[in-house]
Amino acid sequence: MTELSAVEKIKAESRGLRGTLVDSLADPATGGLAESDTQLLRLHGSYQQDDRDIREQRRLQKLEPLWRFMVRLRLPGGVCTPAQWLAIDALARAHANGSLRLTTRQTFQLHGIAKGDLKPTLAALNAALVDTVATCGDVNRNVVASSNPVESPAHAEVAEWARRLSEHLLPRTRAYHEIWLDGEKLTGTPEVEPIYGNTYLPRKFKTAIAIPPSNDVDVFANDLGFIAIVEDGRLAGFNLTVGGGLGATHGDAATYPRLADVAGFLTPDRLLAVAEAVLTTQRDFGDRTNRKHARLKYTIADRGLAWFVAEVERRAECKLEPARPFAFTSNGDRFGWLRGFDGRWHRTLRIPAGRIVDRFDLPWLTGFREIAKVHTGDFRITPNQNAIIAGVDASARQAIDELISRFRLDATEHLSPLRRDALACVALPTCPLAMAEAERYLPQLLSRVEALLERHAISHVPLSLRITGCPNGCARPYLAEIGLIGKAAGRYNLHLGGDARGQRLAVLHRENLDEAAFLAELDGLLRAFASERADEERFGDFLWRTGRIRGPARA
Amino acid sequence: MLPLDPERAARLDTLIEDLDPATLLWISGYTAGLAAERARSGARSGFLAQSLVQPVAPHAPATRATPASPVTVIYGSQTGNGRRVAERLGRGLEASGLQATVVSAADYSPKQLAQERFVYLVASTHGDGDPPDDARALFEFLTSRRAPRLPSLAYAVLALGDSSYPRFCHTGRVLDERLAELGARRLFARVDCDVDLEPKAAPWIDQAVGAARGELGTEAPRLAIVTPLRPTAAPLASRDQPLEVELLANHRITARNADRDVRHVELAIPDERFDYEPGDAIGVFVENPIAAVERIVELTALDPASQVTVDGSTHSLRSWLTSRREIARIARPLVERLAERSGDRQLAGWLAPESATELRRAFSQLQVADLLRHFPAAWDPEALVRALHPLAPRLYSAASSRRQVGGEAHLTVAVIDYRHDGERRVGPASWQISIASPGARLRAFVEPNARFRVPTDGSRDIIMIGPGTGVAPFRGFVQQRVADGARGRNWLIYGGRHRERDFLYQAEWQETLKRRQLHRLDVAFSRDQADKVYVQHRIREHGRELFAWLEKGTSVYVCGDAERMAPDVHAALIEVIATHGARSAEDAADYLNGLAQVKRYARDVY
Ligand code: SRM
Ligand SMILES: Cc1cc2nc3c(=O)[nH]c(=O)nc-3n(C[C@H](O)[C@H](O)[C@H](O)COP(=O)(O)OP(=O)(O)OC[C@H]3O[C@@H](n4cnc5c(N)ncnc54)[C@H](O)[C@@H]3O)c2cc1C
Ligand SMILES: Cc1cc2nc3c(=O)[nH]c(=O)nc-3n(C[C@H](O)[C@H](O)[C@H](O)COP(=O)(O)O)c2cc1C
Ligand code: SF4
Repeated sequence: MTELSAVEKIKAESRGLRGTLVDSLADPATGGLAESDTQLLRLHGSYQQDDRDIREQRRLQKLEPLWRFMVRLRLPGGVCTPAQWLAIDALARAHANGSLRLTTRQTFQLHGIAKGDLKPTLAALNAALVDTVATCGDVNRNVVASSNPVESPAHAEVAEWARRLSEHLLPRTRAYHEIWLDGEKLTGTPEVEPIYGNTYLPRKFKTAIAIPPSNDVDVFANDLGFIAIVEDGRLAGFNLTVGGGLGATHGDAATYPRLADVAGFLTPDRLLAVAEAVLTTQRDFGDRTNRKHARLKYTIADRGLAWFVAEVERRAECKLEPARPFAFTSNGDRFGWLRGFDGRWHRTLRIPAGRIVDRFDLPWLTGFREIAKVHTGDFRITPNQNAIIAGVDASARQAIDELISRFRLDATEHLSPLRRDALACVALPTCPLAMAEAERYLPQLLSRVEALLERHAISHVPLSLRITGCPNGCARPYLAEIGLIGKAAGRYNLHLGGDARGQRLAVLHRENLDEAAFLAELDGLLRAFASERADEERFGDFLWRTGRIRGPARA
Repeated sequence: MLPLDPERAARLDTLIEDLDPATLLWISGYTAGLAAERARSGARSGFLAQSLVQPVAPHAPATRATPASPVTVIYGSQTGNGRRVAERLGRGLEASGLQATVVSAADYSPKQLAQERFVYLVASTHGDGDPPDDARALFEFLTSRRAPRLPSLAYAVLALGDSSYPRFCHTGRVLDERLAELGARRLFARVDCDVDLEPKAAPWIDQAVGAARGELGTEAPRLAIVTPLRPTAAPLASRDQPLEVELLANHRITARNADRDVRHVELAIPDERFDYEPGDAIGVFVENPIAAVERIVELTALDPASQVTVDGSTHSLRSWLTSRREIARIARPLVERLAERSGDRQLAGWLAPESATELRRAFSQLQVADLLRHFPAAWDPEALVRALHPLAPRLYSAASSRRQVGGEAHLTVAVIDYRHDGERRVGPASWQISIASPGARLRAFVEPNARFRVPTDGSRDIIMIGPGTGVAPFRGFVQQRVADGARGRNWLIYGGRHRERDFLYQAEWQETLKRRQLHRLDVAFSRDQADKVYVQHRIREHGRELFAWLEKGTSVYVCGDAERMAPDVHAALIEVIATHGARSAEDAADYLNGLAQVKRYARDVY
């Protein structure tokens, strides 16, 4: 057998994710951590990064890279109380770079935290009853769930399942409390991990729960997924989906985005057992020798869905029923005020690229802080990097509206559908894997594309565009109608043809284009779309129908 | 064929077998001298028996039991000025036929003074009135109770100093007075040299030679000047013979948001005339920036074209100010002249002995232009030129080892560039180096510092204490030790303001740590936390280990700021030795002096 990947060794020798983190944090000669500890830190919810804008400059200065830390919160279902928001906001200003970053998996990231501020940050979060456990690394990540919370009691129930699922699949090591919260030190042998074992999973593992008709979570992009089946207002159970994942590597055909398979139906009481069975099967059969081939999607692709389902049923000691019918209409968000079944109101605010920061004309960070001070419901982060002010009593709406307009939080609501639905990953300057700009480039990109839409008089037509700085696909560009995937500074691969429901992959259309080239390409296609469009037809569907793109046939 | 018969040849062989090269070279010089002497006088005997002739070599050999020669010249010198004067005196004495031994105080056992008859002492002052490191032991011995009476000793002292320091020429003065106290006979009054030492040093040398001839002239055996051949054919580039070197690279090595711009500079060294060793400094000559010169001209309202003759040489005022005089560093004479001319009370006050410290502080903050601006006065070109010190070269520690960088010498230069009362002020040397681009040529030389060297025994551990640019020589040390394959451990204690902004060569140190070429690194960054932390805190913190290292024969090196850092580190070391070596403060101080004596505690501070 080929040997285990380096990370496996580090996990195995880490004494329950402790490694030499304490020493690394104390080392005054560097702003970073020992190599192996950077791997372990991930399982504590933080990544070591550096400011790539000045990396080369500092190399010439014979200085180490400007090491900083990104912290990712664990926020099952994206639910966050006003008190928690205020605590997170305070940390963003005290220790991070003064901004909050809403992610495509319904949580917050703080960027730019110096090593010395890491412990105070995690301690303060903990005091506000938020943690960062297992939001990164080879474990089950933040569990996402359809964010529009309360169309029926069933939605609230589902949110609760997301929380329980997240808790159930948490690592049990006390290392987190020991290192960050001054919990008493481990003496003797590290505690056993009942579910994970001491090497955890071969790779990251992602879980989502979708509530049709909304597929905002892009459930098919997850290793493990549940599609809630709500029958006359009641939660009947879930369809199980397995083996989704988007990450790929340029020029490596053995890596590819894959949509999850629907494996069958199960009742809520089986949820935890089945989830655990899927996870442990991947734990035992996932490829630990090659991290590029270690996600569940490859395990299933290699061994077959039938084998996998059988193994899961054996471990969960239950049979899956045939999948029940479901229908998704969109993977986007619905903006403005919506009334919940209980008469309370929910306002979804559009946050381009999920970045909440005070710009002098758009003081959003302050705006949200002021709202959190008066808000009595909660906040929901959506998988589209947006924020919902949820559970507002009719009587409180006006006060909230006033704050929203005072701080211009509605500035983006009247924008074109394109602008409202676009996603961009973080990329430069913090992401070490970025090959091209994404978040910072999004505004300019959208203006250019909008110009095309105006030229062809289709600005009003919904169009999903997603851009990432590399093929890892953090903004799920493989599921967009137009996906731009970074290849090199200023150059992108153009993917086309996703539906807007997260059920069809876009296909690679042209490679390595600079802005002028992909705009020219899009211009031609959009012109055709404008003139040949069937009514209400979406761009992605149009491209397939008219054979302008080809690829593995999909529904 | 050989001029010797086999039997003599054999005797010669047995004589010279297992002699080290230095001694052989010396013998060559000695016999050369003998040859000349006998050719002249026909004398047959040598005089080795009655006295060992000491060659006038930069690094004099170790101490001897009996006085070597009628005249002994002892120097205490940190940056080489005193050594140079002493060596000139030695040559002068021998030129006039007097045997002279020129020796660094470090290589001279104080107790031996009792046997001496005729001693010249050249001593500079450092720190805040402290003796130069090589003279510490001598100074402490003489000023202590242990010092013997010296009734049969005749002596004279030349003190080197800088009148901008409160305790001007303190070391020389104390030694001069103390020797008299001990009953020695003062040949003639002590002379105190200011930074511009030539005007006083040259006459003193003549006076000293004269006095020696007067007293010993007759009894002293004539002898030829011993001129040993130097190991290297070509002499090192020196102050008097600098070389043009090309600048290869010049990078800022502090972060954008650092308080200070520090440059890593790489020079191409032409040939063996630039064979520096880690521990040496590279001297650089620069002219004053045009803008600075213009500002002086403007402030004095003098005609830059006017011809000025001083000490026999004539140049335009502009040329004096540009390339011959210090116009950044203030000299005491300037303050004196300015006080006279402006009749300003405050200035007069500054010159009073009790306010010497204030004056010193002012000197470190103000430049000539600032003074001229704040105290307007009528000047004539000559008076101005006379009030200024000659433009001195600036020294920069070699930050590299030739063993590793081949034909290059690296420097680490902290750039002086600040504003005072709205006017920009720069340090002539550091600033001009900072704006020099590759291809630029600098007039430079090697300033050897034999007291600051990695141990010849590579198995010895070393501790390097070098905050700020003080770390420069240690980059060279580690390079050298790696190239030598030295097995001893290297421990670096570094300090700065912010780890992320001014950790000089951080990436390289981390690399050497990974490669186990640096074995221990402790850092103190003063402004990264609420309370200020400096290297001396780390020294105390790790005192136990540090003392343990010392006991194992480790050498300790200190480089960098002389005003605050060096004294604080010195105190911290004594404290550590006292605490962990269970000694009294005095014994701890002796312990440290002991290390200095055997060159295991060496400092290069500025
Ligand atoms: C913040 C976020 C993008 C955003 O703009 O919101 C993000 C940011 C990063 N992702 Fe991601 N990923 C994010 C959602 C995703 C998604 C979308 C999803 O899960 O719905 C995907 C595609 C689905 C999937 O997992 O296949 C995704 C696939 C990856 C991959 C590729 C995994 C693979 O199987 O190949 C990597 C690289 C890796 O894991 O080796 C990655 C790695 C990263 C890292 C941590 C880079 C790194 O490993 O050092 C990025 C940090 C950048 C930064 O400076 O913040 N991220 N990442 C999203 C945070 C989600 C969360 O809160 O947990
Ligand atoms: C043995 C030895 C080794 C040395 N090694 C190094 C080395 O490795 N690296 C290095 O950088 N230097 C080193 N130095 C110091 C160096 O030689 C120069 O003294 C230094 O570069 C300043 O020279 P300058 O011509 O730039 O400025 P100077 O002419 O010395 O300074 C001009 C004047 O500016 C004023 N001034 C200076 N700094 C300030 C300030 N911060 N605020 C207000 N006023 C100020 C003072 O009045 C000063 O007289 C060493 C010195 C010695 C003796
Ligand atoms: C760090 C430092 C401190 C000094 N302190 C004094 C002092 O306190 N008093 C004084 O008269 N000269 C002081 N000087 C000036 C030196 O004595 C003067 O430069 C002398 O020429 C040095 O001679 P040397 O090279 O033989 O050591 C100091 C010089 C330096 C570099
Ligand atoms: S897609 Fe690539 S560039 Fe963008 S955040 Fe993810 S890893 Fe970084």
